[in-house]
Amino acid sequence: MLNRREVAKALLADRDNDLLVVTGLGSTAYDCFAAGDHDLNFYLWGAMGGAAVIGLGLALAQPDKKVVVITGDGEMLMGMGAFATIGVQKPDNLSVVIFDNGHYGETGMQQSHTGAGVDLVAIAKACGIADTREINTMDGVAELKTRVRTGKGTLVARVSIAADEMPRALPTRDGVELKLRFRKALGL
Amino acid sequence: MTASDSNPTAAWPEEIFDILKRAEVRQVGYVPDAGHSRLIKACQGNPDMHTVSLTTEEEGIALAAGAWLGGQRPALLMQSSGVGNCVNMLSLAKSCRFPLLTLVTMRGEWAEFNPWQIAMGQATPQALEMMGALVYRVDSPDQVADTVEAAADMAYNGDNVVAVLLSQRLIGRKQWVK
Repeated sequence: MLNRREVAKALLADRDNDLLVVTGLGSTAYDCFAAGDHDLNFYLWGAMGGAAVIGLGLALAQPDKKVVVITGDGEMLMGMGAFATIGVQKPDNLSVVIFDNGHYGETGMQQSHTGAGVDLVAIAKACGIADTREINTMDGVAELKTRVRTGKGTLVARVSIAADEMPRALPTRDGVELKLRFRKALGL
Repeated sequence: MTASDSNPTAAWPEEIFDILKRAEVRQVGYVPDAGHSRLIKACQGNPDMHTVSLTTEEEGIALAAGAWLGGQRPALLMQSSGVGNCVNMLSLAKSCRFPLLTLVTMRGEWAEFNPWQIAMGQATPQALEMMGALVYRVDSPDQVADTVEAAADMAYNGDNVVAVLLSQRLIGRKQWVK
């Protein structure tokens, strides 16, 4: 089981303005913020189940950039239809990376459906996403980083992370600020 | 039973399409509805528009947020039952002031065949207003273009969620064929 903060840090290391990041709400937002705040991080503080489709809209709008959605198993479970919607669109520049600890970490560490055996990667595959991966090592994370930045084709990856609670690392909660700084960094 | 386009000669679906083109809408999310069938086809035929078939309407609120973050104008086509599916996700639009134009074909309000459509149809304007959307309603064909154009201005120039309710009377009785 990998440490979620180390995974986020490795995935987002040495980034430039060609990488656009959408996080889930809760722990994945804290992980990405702790890895280093960036104007091109769009953190969710709500909208549970929406992260992957926000990434889809962004990927369609910015075909020359790479979009990575970094979200948790609980967030993805709430919006599983997104796999079907993304599987039909198949944007070349979209990766969805699921930090899967099998638990709802933000609400008291209750077991999630993935913890009870539901396989999000198999669901993504069944929805027509050709490149799906299971990542269990930091070497795998390093490969994933390269794939996200330089690869082509929609990707869904599940990263097995430990169900540990990390210190809170809180980005701004002002949604308008998050939106405006993101668009400004894109020159919009 | 299948439902056919109840009013195949009405001009307003093309008028809405022309307004979306003029407004430079680039992403159109939709959950199909018979009342939107011609508009969906027109959008699919336009190479400048990404049409995105959604599994549930709340995905359309998320898609719109991503589109706007990336510099494209979004629209969402749905029927009134789908408005209920959007309620919590509209927090995203409200908290971040993401603009969105949504065109809602109404069910459950006039000459409705299916009683299960009535509960959500009757609650549709209040559900939208409750979540901070501006709501315009169209009852006659000659109001459609003007209202949709005004709504597009309010959405994209003011960072608002604006819904245009296309009334069941405007769309016409749904034709049920055995």
